[in-house]
Amino acid sequence: MSRIATTFSQLHAADRKALIPFITAGDPGPDRTVPLMHALVAGGADIIELGVPFSDPMADGPTIQRSSERALKFGVGLKDVLAMTAEFRKTNATTPVVLMGYANPIEAMGWPGFCAAAKAAGVDGVLTVDYPPEESADFAAQCEAAGLDNIYLLAPTTPEVRVAAITRLARGFVYYVSLKGVTGAANLDLVEVAQRVAMIRAGAGLPVGVGFGIRDAETARQVAQVADAVVIGSRIVQEIENSTPETMQDNVRNFVAGVRTALDT
Amino acid sequence: MQMYDLPDTRGHFGPYGGVFVAETLMAALDELRQEYEAARTDPDFQAEFRHELRHYVGRPSPIYHARRWSEKLGGAQIYLKREDLNHTGAHKINNTIGQALLARRMGKKRVIAETGAGQHGVASATVAARYGMECVVYMGAEDIKRQSPNVYRMKLLGATVVGVESGSKTLKDALNEAMRDWVTNVESTFYILGTAAGPHPYPMLVRDFQCVIGEECKVQMAEMLGRQPDAVIACVGGGSNAIGIFHPYIAIDGVRLIGVEAGGDGIASGRHAAPLSAGTPGVLHGFRSYLMQDANGQVIETHSVSAGLDYPGVGPEHSYLKDSGRAEYVSVNDDEALAAFHDLCRYEGIIPALESSHALAHAAKMAPTMGKDRILLVNLSGRGDKDINTVARLSGIEL
Repeated sequence: MSRIATTFSQLHAADRKALIPFITAGDPGPDRTVPLMHALVAGGADIIELGVPFSDPMADGPTIQRSSERALKFGVGLKDVLAMTAEFRKTNATTPVVLMGYANPIEAMGWPGFCAAAKAAGVDGVLTVDYPPEESADFAAQCEAAGLDNIYLLAPTTPEVRVAAITRLARGFVYYVSLKGVTGAANLDLVEVAQRVAMIRAGAGLPVGVGFGIRDAETARQVAQVADAVVIGSRIVQEIENSTPETMQDNVRNFVAGVRTALDT
Repeated sequence: MQMYDLPDTRGHFGPYGGVFVAETLMAALDELRQEYEAARTDPDFQAEFRHELRHYVGRPSPIYHARRWSEKLGGAQIYLKREDLNHTGAHKINNTIGQALLARRMGKKRVIAETGAGQHGVASATVAARYGMECVVYMGAEDIKRQSPNVYRMKLLGATVVGVESGSKTLKDALNEAMRDWVTNVESTFYILGTAAGPHPYPMLVRDFQCVIGEECKVQMAEMLGRQPDAVIACVGGGSNAIGIFHPYIAIDGVRLIGVEAGGDGIASGRHAAPLSAGTPGVLHGFRSYLMQDANGQVIETHSVSAGLDYPGVGPEHSYLKDSGRAEYVSVNDDEALAAFHDLCRYEGIIPALESSHALAHAAKMAPTMGKDRILLVNLSGRGDKDINTVARLSGIEL
């Protein structure tokens, strides 16, 4: 069983929900990423979503755009992100790592090279914002052959028949984008999220994660009542932005721990 | 030339094009594709489009024989397709009218656009005023500085101009920001994309709306000269004016199609905006095409004296035409484009856009190598009033 499937089945057995924090690899500097990944786990992360910096992050709001720009100042590329994952794996063999990013860095590395290198580094899943199923069937097949879960997004605008088609292709879990907008935007409609997630869960044989716009422990708790996993990104990146190098790891761990407590009570 | 019927149903031109966007936009692009398919075969839609081009834009635009400049160059005869004489001063309005009519058909009251030089922003603001729609234009902060007259023009027309401070603060970043607006307001908003790029169906529909340029040329050249040109030359940023004049000629053997990219300080300097000349295939802004990128797949900042060509990608059909060999792509440096700009001012009494000056500069290179009975048709895609501050500054003059 894959690390992602194992994680969800253990959580399910314990009647708990998954907490999936996001950070951008290389933000605020390449040497900070592995310690921050461990801090996320120490705070109670079940799966880590690791952002691959990209020059043109079209689906991201200002906070994650800035994190990408900070990482790119150090020239952090996909190869570096894989090296960071491999470093993390030396001392953590259980927490799944999902890469989240855009198509072009993967295109530049080439699909076979990427799949082999990602698997070797200990990556578990890949979420590529601008690879809808129509354009990524061959890529998805190569991921599957390499033992990587290809994770797809579903949106508030996705028609029901398409939801069914995508959940059939999805591996690991499906990621429901909780609002029309970019990452970090405000004002979730929790009632709408609950309805949509219920519909998706009814048809999906996989866990459903919800992300985009979850900014505090209370919202996370409410979303977790209807979903299997909660993804928090921009809010954690803000914690990194607002910390000094000395306080960063503690602040990130404490924030994640606060959300963890809210999810578990 | 074989039958040419691209893109396929999912927007592919061979390996290029496609729909590489976040899931939130997939339904909107699907809706646009269906609506456009219906409009394409709707005689009422087509009649209104033609009516607007004739009575609002002033089409057909003439073809003009640049006789003095041709004589000075001492070779082939240069003919200019005068898109600069269109209402708003460039070819961009052909497309914005088409898309605004689609927006109205879809019941969208708010339109957004990205702009580089400001020509597409002005053309979008113009049609928004014409059809009574709210208009927001995203423009890189760097371009706002370079193109202040167009910024004010958009404001006069009632548009809101939003400066984009992210990335290189130019056209590509304006496009990112327009996409972010669209993903947030997708149900109320129509995105008027300015060039034959972006996710399907944009490259196809922008091409179709711009093909009026080449269709007119075929008729006008036959009427004026009884023959078609030896070569058609157009500048390529995103590539909408070029595909508009090239496409109707694809099936006509013996007509060379030459796209001219922005060479900036020279291809060897690395400071340019010429993905077809010096890039590799990649995915940006919703489609696969030649792209200026580094080894990590990060998009490289571009450079050109012309804001409208300052874009790291290119429309997917141009990538296909390059690989297939049907079209040729070359580059022209900033200083060569400026020299052609001044030549056209002095020899023909026409102030061309800096974008179009790249096509003119390549014609000026080719003409002396050809016989006087040869014909070069250059798409003079826009007028240069917007560029006079830039040109003056480069000449050391403060206006």
